[in-house]
Amino acid sequence: MTESSEDREARLRAEVEDAPAISADTYRGISRRSFLTAGAAVAGGMLGFYGLQKRPEIDNIPDITRRAHQLNERIWSATFREGHLAPTFAPSESSILRVNGRIGIRSEIDLDSWSLEVQAPDGSLIGTHTLAEIQALPKHEMIIEHKCVEGWSQITTWAGARFSDLQSWYPEHADTAYIAMETPGGDYYVGNDRATMDHPQTLLVYEMVGEPLDQEHGAPLRLATPLKYGIKQLKRIGVIRFTDEPPADYWAERGYDYYAAL
Amino acid sequence: MTATAETFDTPEVTEDYLLKHRRGSRWMHWINFPLLGIMVWSGLRIYWANRAYSIGPIELFPGWFNEALGLERRLAKGMAFHFTFGWLFTLNGIAYGLYLWRTGGWRRLVPDRRHFQEAIAVVLHDFGLRKRAPVQGTYNAAQRVTYTAVILMGGLIVISGFAIYKPIQLSWLTSLLGGYEGARLIHFLTTMGFVAFFLIHLVQVGRAGWSNFASMITGYERKRRTSRD
Repeated sequence: MTESSEDREARLRAEVEDAPAISADTYRGISRRSFLTAGAAVAGGMLGFYGLQKRPEIDNIPDITRRAHQLNERIWSATFREGHLAPTFAPSESSILRVNGRIGIRSEIDLDSWSLEVQAPDGSLIGTHTLAEIQALPKHEMIIEHKCVEGWSQITTWAGARFSDLQSWYPEHADTAYIAMETPGGDYYVGNDRATMDHPQTLLVYEMVGEPLDQEHGAPLRLATPLKYGIKQLKRIGVIRFTDEPPADYWAERGYDYYAAL
Repeated sequence: MTATAETFDTPEVTEDYLLKHRRGSRWMHWINFPLLGIMVWSGLRIYWANRAYSIGPIELFPGWFNEALGLERRLAKGMAFHFTFGWLFTLNGIAYGLYLWRTGGWRRLVPDRRHFQEAIAVVLHDFGLRKRAPVQGTYNAAQRVTYTAVILMGGLIVISGFAIYKPIQLSWLTSLLGGYEGARLIHFLTTMGFVAFFLIHLVQVGRAGWSNFASMITGYERKRRTSRD
């Protein structure tokens, strides 16, 4: 089994010396063809990459990369497991989440006059809810790792009602493909897929780390789910709409992946 | 005249060129080069949005670095390219792995135990601190160790990439790599490894000369006159 040093050296030399050999004449032909092919490949590759960057854009990125995002969405939504939970953490690891976006919540609102509007797919108003009604739903707490598209992540504690519990008030719209959400006034808006919204860790949050949510974190009610990047977790929900069409999405329009799932 | 005539005489046909890199390896090597480049380029755009790493007081890739390359403020584009070309990089890597396995090419590449010791001798020889280099096959001991490591790094960068791309759906993978932050650091460090390899590789290819470089394009290298250089 053990190979002697001589045998090993002979084997190594043979790697080179026993390789197929050709004459200088043959080599010249091969060399010419290879370098021509290489030149064509380099030119083709550079043109292709340049061309890709000059492609018409769909929502701020070249159409081909947008389609790649959509292909990725098909792959990952097809392999999505309903019962699979995001990892949870210990309270000691949890902290107040960094504030990273103020779009749609720049001005303070009067929390007492806030109410949540629920709309049917055609945009008609089918319900209005106070925070007390949401808080009357079973309360769930989760300590999860929040992730931002920018790359940072932070463990925090959310508490609120499951979206699926609110959904049970609207059984006739329980099968729409998407749920749209907007801030009051509509400056910020997101669309989330049904599988994400039905997930037990997708909460309508009114508390963070044991305290009532403050306005810069989305008071009185915000979306939180470990299944999506922060860009999809709307703060200060003003409107919820059930719909089968992909809703407009603020950051997807600005070049990000619509699905944005983790 | 006779002497001149003699030099014009074609000597018996000798087979002077030996196959070094097969077609598959050559194509996949050269396809990998721009793909890795695009992944680093788009990855730097992603890194720009949250420059998390530093060595002591030295910030790694500070803002001016990306600004100099014109890569700042296009995180969305970086992500779009990263998650498009990542598949091509992955597929090319898998194809190369299968190719090495099916053709038995891995035997000329993967180091045995002695190659690890010999690799040191090769490096000393490269720096002129040692007269003779160990007997080598297609690749010398240092190349075997390095190239094999680079292939494993390719696997690691793909795995850690998936771990930070889908940390919930692939939460088992992410926790295997030390969680989201751990996987992100592994992904970053492996990239640094690739960049370091690339720079050393360039220097070494330059040192090895034209015939060696051309063999990565033509497949064949001129037979060496001396036993080993």
